[in-house]
Amino acid sequence: MNVVVCVKQIPDPASPQSFDDTNRLNRTGKLVLDEADTYGVEVALRLVEAAGEGEVSLVSMGDATDVSALRSALAMGAMRAAIVSDPVLRGADALTTAKALAAVISRETPDLVLCATESSDGYTGTLPVQLAQLLDLPALTFATSVVVEGDTVVVHRQTEAGYDEVVAQLPAVVTVTAGVVAPRYATFKGIMAAKSRPVTVLSVADLGLDAASLDARQDVVAVETVVTKTAGEKYVDDGDGAARIVAFLERIKVLSVSPS
Amino acid sequence: MSIADLWVIAEPSGDGVTSTSKELITGARRLGATVTAVSWGLHGDDIAEIVGSFGAQRLMDLGDIGAVLPAGVVASTVSSLLGDDTPDAVLIPASNDGRDIAGRLSAQLDLPVLTNVTGLRGGDELLTEHPVFGGTQTVLARSRASSPGLIVVRAKSFVAEDTAGARAQRVAVSPTSSSSRSATIRASHVEERSGPALEDAKVVVSGGRGLGDAASYELIEELARLLHGAPGASRAIVDAGWVPYSHQVGQTGKTVKPDLYIACGISGATQHMVGMKGASNIVAINKDPDAPIFSICDFGVVGDVQTVLPALIAALKARS
Repeated sequence: MNVVVCVKQIPDPASPQSFDDTNRLNRTGKLVLDEADTYGVEVALRLVEAAGEGEVSLVSMGDATDVSALRSALAMGAMRAAIVSDPVLRGADALTTAKALAAVISRETPDLVLCATESSDGYTGTLPVQLAQLLDLPALTFATSVVVEGDTVVVHRQTEAGYDEVVAQLPAVVTVTAGVVAPRYATFKGIMAAKSRPVTVLSVADLGLDAASLDARQDVVAVETVVTKTAGEKYVDDGDGAARIVAFLERIKVLSVSPS
Repeated sequence: MSIADLWVIAEPSGDGVTSTSKELITGARRLGATVTAVSWGLHGDDIAEIVGSFGAQRLMDLGDIGAVLPAGVVASTVSSLLGDDTPDAVLIPASNDGRDIAGRLSAQLDLPVLTNVTGLRGGDELLTEHPVFGGTQTVLARSRASSPGLIVVRAKSFVAEDTAGARAQRVAVSPTSSSSRSATIRASHVEERSGPALEDAKVVVSGGRGLGDAASYELIEELARLLHGAPGASRAIVDAGWVPYSHQVGQTGKTVKPDLYIACGISGATQHMVGMKGASNIVAINKDPDAPIFSICDFGVVGDVQTVLPALIAALKARS
């Protein structure tokens, strides 16, 4: 059971986001492992443990000056990582990213490719299925549970009304939602082991990709500031909080005015 | 040149299409375009009537595609149809299946996707509006690739308008089988819920981490019931397993625009605010006076939801 997990180093979501002078997300600060990806890593580790053989590896794309966020996923138990890093990929859209990741993944024959449903910085959410299409694999998306049964994968897929039980032949691409499992904390032993695990940095040329086919094809025309509503009334609850809310609900006519 | 021809992926639901599909048909019609809806399933006859009344002239009906996730076959069919009939853009609802269809189409056609779109601007070229940084700024974007633009639009971006249009011309299309192996739906499980659907409710009462524990979510359900509304939730408590995903309001959950939204113990992460800031009236109850939710609410109470909610519930019960 070999599982590839797509992971992303992103700007710390706790720090304020901004655009750079080319209207791209500012990525200059310290990068962290996208928390959304830790669920995929955990699911992958559990599937490999259940199978009793195989390994979890990571693929990523982005600046590789600092790969400490990838090391934190290796510290959880992934055995190796590959990151595509190339100046021509700056500003790449989701499809371009999918092409780069597909080129890495197609050099191996994983049984399963796991992704988060979407990254926590871009929120595009189309990459996993683009990847599945490029790799000619079935895609089982929005999974809250992932089980391998023989040569098939069975997931519970979130729906508007509840969930569907969905099955496909391996190999397949599966996207997992946040919160499906509790990602393990890296142990001291894991952190030490991660230091010596291979992190391969690949250029577009290394992957035999044509740089011309990777050009971003979306323009930001303008960035406009939205006029947001200003804060309304605010009271500190002195035991009258509920009564004040009732009065407000009467004022906006959600409640009819009390006869008393 | 103006926007002449738009296609809308109209997702089947029950014996009709989803409300987001109707919103997209309305949005496409307002841009002055000829609108073609693309749908599938067993209710093509009813769907031709519905998409027509919202403004589509034509329905491309794939018919029964079997118990599979629809993305592969729908995208392959649309790709094959686009050969001789290319619209300015294909508008796709930002649902789970919609996002999957967009991903497949993008890779099949080698075209980029514009996602998280909440508005469209016509004119000489089609521009898309994308809210960023919690909706404080809007990015206006365009695709530089050849047609069609692939545009994934969030729910409630347009108000659906039934213009009593004529029934759409129904064109039966044989589904093109997907090159990739498909994923089969083995069983469907529906979670019981009573009261109005979250996305249609006039009143939504949502709970977050500030509730303290899963059991306290009962307070949210009871207040929602008393106000004839629907209970919602922040991503944090859905991730924590307190309530099912179907309750989630926000970027990765449902977009709601009720008359009244009551946020209880929700700090107001960007992720959440994007899904509810369109509510006409927002009431927030939170212990932290600096919680971001207070910056967008109409009426805020700085206090413990464990104290304020039981008092509010008692006050409402006393009135009824």
